[in-house]
Amino acid sequence: MPPVIKAENLSKAYQLGEIGTGTLSRDLERYWAKIRGKEDPFLKIGEVNDRTKKGQSDVVWSLKDINFDIEQGDAVGIIGKNGAGKSTLLKILSRVTAPTTGSVKLKGRIASLLEVGTGFHPELSGRENIYLNGAILGMRKAEIKRNFDEIVDFSGVERYIDTPVKRYSSGMYVRLAFAVAAHLEAEILIVDEVLAVGDAEFQKKCLGKMGEVSKGEGRTVLFVSHNMASISQLCNKAILLNNGKLDYFDYAASTINEYLKTDNSQAEAIFKANKSLSMSVLSASLINKDGKKSSEIALQSNFTIKVTYQVNTPQRDVICAVGIMHQGTPINTTWTEPATLQEGIYHTYFQMDLLHLAIGTYTIGIGLSIGKSNIQYIGEALIFTIELDRLSDSTIVSYEANTGLLINQMKFETIKDNEANF
Amino acid sequence: MNTSTEEMWDIELTPHGSLFDLKLKDIWHYRDLLILLVRRDFVSFYKQTILGPLWFFIQPLFTTIIYTFIFGNLAAIKTDGLPQPLFYLAGITAWNYFADCLTKTSSVFTVNAGLFGKVYFPRLIVPLSIVVSNLIRFAVQMAMFFLMMGIYMAKGANVHPNIYLLLFPFLLLLMAMLGLGLGMIISAMTTKYRDLSFLITFGIQLMMYLTTVIYPLSVVKEKYPHYQWVVEYNPMTPIIEVFRYGFLGEGTFTMLSLGITSVITVAILLIGIVIFNRVERTFIDTV
Repeated sequence: MPPVIKAENLSKAYQLGEIGTGTLSRDLERYWAKIRGKEDPFLKIGEVNDRTKKGQSDVVWSLKDINFDIEQGDAVGIIGKNGAGKSTLLKILSRVTAPTTGSVKLKGRIASLLEVGTGFHPELSGRENIYLNGAILGMRKAEIKRNFDEIVDFSGVERYIDTPVKRYSSGMYVRLAFAVAAHLEAEILIVDEVLAVGDAEFQKKCLGKMGEVSKGEGRTVLFVSHNMASISQLCNKAILLNNGKLDYFDYAASTINEYLKTDNSQAEAIFKANKSLSMSVLSASLINKDGKKSSEIALQSNFTIKVTYQVNTPQRDVICAVGIMHQGTPINTTWTEPATLQEGIYHTYFQMDLLHLAIGTYTIGIGLSIGKSNIQYIGEALIFTIELDRLSDSTIVSYEANTGLLINQMKFETIKDNEANF
Repeated sequence: MNTSTEEMWDIELTPHGSLFDLKLKDIWHYRDLLILLVRRDFVSFYKQTILGPLWFFIQPLFTTIIYTFIFGNLAAIKTDGLPQPLFYLAGITAWNYFADCLTKTSSVFTVNAGLFGKVYFPRLIVPLSIVVSNLIRFAVQMAMFFLMMGIYMAKGANVHPNIYLLLFPFLLLLMAMLGLGLGMIISAMTTKYRDLSFLITFGIQLMMYLTTVIYPLSVVKEKYPHYQWVVEYNPMTPIIEVFRYGFLGEGTFTMLSLGITSVITVAILLIGIVIFNRVERTFIDTV
């Protein structure tokens, strides 16, 4: 397949801090440097964009020397931590802003869905907004007219189509907006986290439509999300961005694994004690079957999750819980029996020996609650991998996650039916 | 080494585009959007109002009454022998169109930052839609002007429409271009320097007093012969003078002054488009 998007040395610099005060003198300084043929004085220091560290200059490179080719029909996920440059990349690709250096070449029409409902006017009816929004996204009127019934049908808000959209519920609003965008006849579709809204049924519908667009119609889809489950479901490839640099670009599953691994695969996590809560988690660790702390667990072996927490005031009905997740999909959760605890520090050990997880990267979430009310929840407290043990025989069954997250086998029995005529 | 350089690419995104690339092809593709934006402006203007499109009339009507009272009666400024209300209404109608185009265009980037930050379309569509939707308002106000003209002519007032009336479409084009051009220059600059948005409101008012809206050019020439050039070279002055001459039969202008106005207008429009196109590429980073 020929490439339809080609990025070459793509970089984007942003100015930090207040814009407005003192910009005139700065602009004059820039202009002065430019007419003398010198380098822009405010772009000189090329720093890595790490939002947690205080930098030296006011200019930060949100993207730095990005190169990639995307082929026609690919559905490419873009993943990375907050501030990695995902949105900047989408903004450049969707022509909202221009790159600072480098270039992107595109083939075909490009439509972006950076936020659904852009350009919806609250006073106009759903019908009028379909036309307006469609036109903003680059559709001709005839094109919208041709797809109108399909759009209304997809959105499922037929009854309200002549009501001003300000009377819509937020869910209806999003449905209508996505329906318009989904029917764009563009060769490249850019989507940014739109699926965070709408109910489960509609999210599924959107994912289905997007999959259809890329697989069935041979169009190219770029998709930014923090939800690894929808990335792996929708995309065949994925780009991993880290501090404005392209870290990894491969098939979706391996990029996601890389992301979860590089993130902070850790056997132990220490948390700050929170005295304002009635109790708080102090640390969590993963212990392998040999009793050692490890973030790599051998396939089919037992492991223990140790949670340490402090109780600040005497409590009744204390429940500690751990949950194991795979790319955002919960696998199981274990709750302790409600207990009455005096103040002090407690360790709870969760031992896993019932379920056997397939090879892959998993995260562990930890929660503390009193009765039914949540006190603290830590989503990605621990990250660990299940690795192939040298001793395991993998010639007969597959232990990869693509045949199921659990490798536990069901009991089975084969008997001959003696009564049937054969 | 690089084989893909021979391939055909539809769009190339680079740091700096060409200065005079007006993207006319793009704008033509988005022409339906222009019409829909005009419709949106019109519909949303009178939604949830009781008087609706009547507001188009009320503003110039009351302004005319007040001007007649203050400038006509209290200050007793001459009106070239024309009936005062008609004289002011002619000035106000023409000036309003220019001023509306200018003010609304000058805030295009700040008002539409949310939209522009999310999706690409040729940004020039928005100022163009402003000029067109103001045209609707202008047409309504012109209708009122014709009505008033008819009443005064029936009463036998000193009003003589003449052949210069045929210049009207040209005058309208000049006003639109001038408002658009100036507005785009200011809008491009307000993205960085917000000070200009404060300047624009009273700047337009000041400019009105330097234009022959509430007084005829002949009065300035007679009373302030040393400063008359300020008013005379204001590009809006010949437009309003020709407008008044064509419809009402009084006004001071030469073909040369109209020619100079046209040249200035075209120059401002071109500068406006170039600046606008430059700023639209990255304004979202600084807005």
